[in-house]
Amino acid sequence: MSDSVRSQNSLVAVRGLSFSRGDNKIFKDVFMDFERGKITAIMGPSGTGKTTLLKLIGGQLRPAQGSITVDGSNVHRLRRNELFVLRKRMGMLFQSGALLTDMNVYDNVAFPLREHTHLSESMIRTLVLMKLQAVGLRGARNLMPNELSGGMARRVALARAIALDPMMIMYDEPFTGQDPISKGVLVHLIKSLNATLGLTSIIVSHDVHETSAIADYIYVVSDGKVIGEGTPTEIKQSSSEWVQQFMDGSADGPVHFHYPAKDLQDDLMSTGKRY
Amino acid sequence: MMDFIQTLGRNTRGSFTKLGRATFFLVQTITGIIEILPRPRLLLKQLYSVGVLSFLIISISGLFVGMVLGLQGFYILSDFGAEETLGVMVAASLVRELGPVVSALLFAGRAGSALTAEIGLMKATEQLSGMEMMAVDPIKRIISPRFLAGVISMPLLAALFSAIGIIGGQIVGSGLLGVDEGAYWSQMQAKIDFQDDIINGVIKSLVFGFVTSWIALFEGYDAIPTSEGVSRATTRTVVNSAFSILGLDFILTALMFGDD
Repeated sequence: MSDSVRSQNSLVAVRGLSFSRGDNKIFKDVFMDFERGKITAIMGPSGTGKTTLLKLIGGQLRPAQGSITVDGSNVHRLRRNELFVLRKRMGMLFQSGALLTDMNVYDNVAFPLREHTHLSESMIRTLVLMKLQAVGLRGARNLMPNELSGGMARRVALARAIALDPMMIMYDEPFTGQDPISKGVLVHLIKSLNATLGLTSIIVSHDVHETSAIADYIYVVSDGKVIGEGTPTEIKQSSSEWVQQFMDGSADGPVHFHYPAKDLQDDLMSTGKRY
Repeated sequence: MMDFIQTLGRNTRGSFTKLGRATFFLVQTITGIIEILPRPRLLLKQLYSVGVLSFLIISISGLFVGMVLGLQGFYILSDFGAEETLGVMVAASLVRELGPVVSALLFAGRAGSALTAEIGLMKATEQLSGMEMMAVDPIKRIISPRFLAGVISMPLLAALFSAIGIIGGQIVGSGLLGVDEGAYWSQMQAKIDFQDDIINGVIKSLVFGFVTSWIALFEGYDAIPTSEGVSRATTRTVVNSAFSILGLDFILTALMFGDD
């Protein structure tokens, strides 16, 4: 698909984005499009600011330069209450699940409904049970967050994220630290929810296999720049050595195995004084 | 030398920006209270965990402080043959000073540290961020009810502390040392003034409740979201609360009990 079609149909558009933390430049002039109804993945090594990008899209952080538009509105030009209205239509799944630890599963999923709607308790009950059914955890409704496995906590968080029927969901490292079965469940859920609820999904991940299995489009990010983009097949055939190393998971390549250090021989012979 | 000046400058600037953040936080918290008033269950839950759960430590400490006051007071007053005024001495010390101050110090240790740790851990586990992404303002939903609960609980706990302390003084004074029970209570009734003693004590504990809750909640909200950051923030809550309580107590006492 040509770039212009992609950008016309995009729900989230990132234009010329730059962002720094102190002296550390996290993003330098980044352009991205997240197409409606599709699953778009952002991949890259740990510490490249993938989570930061989600926080920028959600308006929790402010870019130094550039703009982010979500469904036609510039996120960082909105007033606080307008931003909150927009956020009700954006779901976000945190890496830890971010469930409220003093409430059980049922109350966690009911939380956004109780905060933002005036529905009766019986209506809320129906909705909560439907959302929990969708993630397969209707039977776990009375458990507390500390009684859930990591994978279950993420599924509950997913049920909570879809409680208000958002237009999009952002997934922050959904597969990290999961056993193969939980990974499989999450892959299936992300794909099926995206199709059945007509969502737009953004996945931030470094799990190459799981992500490329469900993504429609992938951006590979490193060192603050987009260094490769395309469909999973295009990315796999990329000519960039760096992208190849990342997709294959090789220990050495353009990204070196060793953290920059002085010569080993010199280091071992030196006095060991701290400097 | 240059290092010293640089550090001094950086720390001073750091303290002032923190004070600014804390003030902004307080304003948001107080405006948030208006929005939680129609939802009394949020407040009730916090009144339970901040107030009711501090009940035991406050009662037991109050009892012992009152008993010690009864003993010490008796030894001194009996030298002048004035044991009958023991009730006045115990009640005045408790209602004016020890009730508000000691209960506030205990409150900072029991409830303040718990609040800081709770909020800090909510931040570390992304619960606050998560709430923001669900378009729920964490200050209104989480901080404001806790703050209001702290301000309401503190005077009540101080009153409880003083009341139990007075009973403790009576147990020791008239129960063990033979001060006339009628004199203990009637002297107290005659000499303790509602306006000068009791209301001033309540004002003190309201101020301490306000400051302690503010410090505890802000330290939690401003904590570096790691285990070490939360543990440091909890320590700061207890230390800063203690300093503020004792410093403010001096100022308030000077304002309230000057020559009138």
